[in-house]
Amino acid sequence: MIQLKNKKLKLTGLVIACALISACDRNFSNPVGEADKNYSSGTADFTTFVSVGDSLTAGYGNAALYIEGQEDSYPAILAQQFAKVGGGEFKQPLMADNLGGLLFGGNPSPDFPNRLVLNVETKTPEPIAGTPTTEVSSVLTGAFNNMGVPGAKSFHLVSNSYGDFNGLLTDPATANPYYVRFASTPTATIIGDAAAQQASFFVMWIGNNDVLSYATAGGVGVDQTGNPDPSTYGSTDITDPTAFEGVYSGLVDAMTASNPSNKGVLINIPDIKAIPYFTTVPYNALPLTQAEADALNAAYADYNTGVQGALGAGLIDQNEATLRTISFSQGQNPVVILDEDLTDITAVNAALVKMRQATANDLLVLTTRSKIGTLADPNNANSAWGVGVPLEDSDVLIPSEISAIDTARTAFNATIKAKADADDDLLFFDVEAVLDELSTTGIYYGSGSINARYATGDGFSLDGVHPTPRAYSIIANRIIKTINEGFNANIPTVNPDNYPTIFVK
Amino acid sequence: MKIKTLIIASMCLSTSAYAGGYRVALQGQTALGMGHAGVAMTENAEVVFFNPASMSLLNADTSSAIGLTLINSKTKYQSSISQAASETESPIGTPFYIYYTKKYNPNIALGFAMYTPYGNSVTWPRDWPGSHLVNNISLKTIYAQPTISYKVNNKISVGFGPTFVNGYVELNRNLSSTLADENGSRSNVTLRATGVTAWGYNVGMLVKPVKPLSIGINYRSRVDLKARNRTADFENLPSSMQNVYTDTTFDANLVLPAELTLGIAYNFGSRTTVALDINRSFWSAYKSLDVAFDNGLPTSRGPRNYQDANVYRLGIQHKLNNTVTLRAGTYYDQTPIQDGYQAPETPRNNSLGVTAGVGYQLNKRMAVDVSFLYLHFTEFNGRYDYVGHDDDPTTQDKSFGGDYLSTVTSIGFGFNYKY
Repeated sequence: MIQLKNKKLKLTGLVIACALISACDRNFSNPVGEADKNYSSGTADFTTFVSVGDSLTAGYGNAALYIEGQEDSYPAILAQQFAKVGGGEFKQPLMADNLGGLLFGGNPSPDFPNRLVLNVETKTPEPIAGTPTTEVSSVLTGAFNNMGVPGAKSFHLVSNSYGDFNGLLTDPATANPYYVRFASTPTATIIGDAAAQQASFFVMWIGNNDVLSYATAGGVGVDQTGNPDPSTYGSTDITDPTAFEGVYSGLVDAMTASNPSNKGVLINIPDIKAIPYFTTVPYNALPLTQAEADALNAAYADYNTGVQGALGAGLIDQNEATLRTISFSQGQNPVVILDEDLTDITAVNAALVKMRQATANDLLVLTTRSKIGTLADPNNANSAWGVGVPLEDSDVLIPSEISAIDTARTAFNATIKAKADADDDLLFFDVEAVLDELSTTGIYYGSGSINARYATGDGFSLDGVHPTPRAYSIIANRIIKTINEGFNANIPTVNPDNYPTIFVK
Repeated sequence: MKIKTLIIASMCLSTSAYAGGYRVALQGQTALGMGHAGVAMTENAEVVFFNPASMSLLNADTSSAIGLTLINSKTKYQSSISQAASETESPIGTPFYIYYTKKYNPNIALGFAMYTPYGNSVTWPRDWPGSHLVNNISLKTIYAQPTISYKVNNKISVGFGPTFVNGYVELNRNLSSTLADENGSRSNVTLRATGVTAWGYNVGMLVKPVKPLSIGINYRSRVDLKARNRTADFENLPSSMQNVYTDTTFDANLVLPAELTLGIAYNFGSRTTVALDINRSFWSAYKSLDVAFDNGLPTSRGPRNYQDANVYRLGIQHKLNNTVTLRAGTYYDQTPIQDGYQAPETPRNNSLGVTAGVGYQLNKRMAVDVSFLYLHFTEFNGRYDYVGHDDDPTTQDKSFGGDYLSTVTSIGFGFNYKY
């Protein structure tokens, strides 16, 4: 009897338990997936969307252009979302593969290798293995909505030799292989091909390379400020802001004139100090023991004496003498660099070249990561770069070079903003602020976050300059937000979690 | 009979839940019916856990209790910005206890206890948005506690028992939020440590200043589970990682924090008792979940920085007649987790528990007790801001977060036997 009651009780309890526990399934007050779907294009018309720009618009990353990167370009992401509010097809000049290297007449080129992947074992990026299949001379036909051409500067967009295969063979080259692939004719211009599509909506992000090519080359080019003729520029020069203003204005006018009822977004130029290519290698990248420091100090004793001699002779002032005095200690030490702004004192002694130790005001480029400490002369153990032999002009941006970049960029950005502000149909998008946020606090997008740390931050691809697809998706989301606010639209954003970051070998 | 019950129970539901961190406060069905307040209760063998001092005060020569609780615990995740959504599966797990105490002489009682005060079992869908922090985790601990209790005089008694703890932990997580091998299978690591043992203690005192009032104080010490040379298994690695992320062993420490409980029980007549407990859990001992690998990889750091937290418990029981006892209770459970440290293996905010219980006296010696618990959480937005934390100063931590909503319900069955 007792057993029976006991059993009944337990079974009753179990039934109650099952009912009670299963019934308790609660939901969020605002579950995702049930958000309002009243999407709207607002006052904009996305029927024909055209993007104009450089590598950042093309979807370039990991030092290459390849299909998956193009599919995750910010214009492609925008077009995918625009399609929900009436946007049409968005055609891109897709590469032939996901390797990204270029073939010229069937031959690979060391200047255009495959995309980078991270080798974890060596802690170094390297081009992915494989033979590329994208032949530059195989010209694609058809109009392309994405008119982003890697390497293009503002004035290249109006050059009628930029898409001519023969222009690749001249020295210096007057053409760009990425545009050669899809120029409508050999004498077409990028802006001409873009305008011919009579875009109902466009974005333009051009001018990055007008300062960036100078910066990534370590400032070996010329600041052309004051020279309004781009045909006289070298490939790593800074574009004259007045020339930029004229070219840029013409580019925007060409787009707006092609379809008087269209609208668009103009995007400014980010700060190089937000980019890991310039922030990854610290100025004091040299770890030394006390013994190593002592040996180096002894080796530089004569040089320091010579600097004091130059000071005594009145050739340099005390500030410069202090700057040029080389001294090492145990721990992290500033590397030794060439600085062409220093006074020439080789008259005192030919060994007194224009060198000094780097300071926090210098920016070492990413490529010095694998250069510092290696031997300039394999047969001379004392010729380590940045230690016994100064890093070269191309390895470092010194303050005067950084200042030249900032001055030009500030002028470019003023031009871009003024152009957008002058036309109610044009919105200004401040990508400079987005990348500044990325490089300082990182960007939290509601579930995850990315930042600008090289290789680990998920914000920049392995070339250290171009964003990852995840970062491009965040830029696209911010542009959508700008359009929603500026043109009274309601276009949904994308989930950055769905976009990749870097790739590991 | 009991085994059959267990099987039915396991089939119909599942799991493991917790209240504050990974503390699973389900150590007695009579106490749980009363909001898990029990430090000053002197009714049955559950005292071996709640307050060993009371063992020498029990009326019976021998008292024993066993119990099993079935918990359903579910956490939902979503991000309204990224539009991602996930929810945990409910794996099987059943906290239990066994208590036994016997009078050695009128003033001394000896006893033994086995119980499972800490545990955690969470399984997110594989490769869910927070998979780089946890895909699944299982933590189990079993405490074994021989105990002695001494009645100093009619007003004061004390008790003490060393605890021998056996722990088991398994954790699987992806190595990053994107990393995959050439087939697209996400790279992940499984950390497993079984049979990790450690010692602690349980000590208490009970004071009866006047007849209807009992005042109890109990302290259960901190226990440090130190896993040494346990297995770390890396899977789905890209080729250049295979010689770096080799399968290896690891060292890690997990703290089971100390808990101090102060409480009173007051008898209103012979049938009604009210109990009030305050637990303080010293979670501030849980600083970081660090895993040191033996294959040269940098130590993985997971800052937690929990803070000490209180639980306030109130319970009442009423003896309806000689066979049936009704119980009800509530408790307010403060989360030990600070803003910015909400990691998805235990995303927890403050919660409110509501409990009820029924006791049924089968005969003079045997009673069966059933308890119910509903733990209410409000939805909240939480973030973990230390993703990818390590000792490299150039690394900048990333974040993972979103909205969380947890629900916990349980039903427990217990048997008391005394003579």
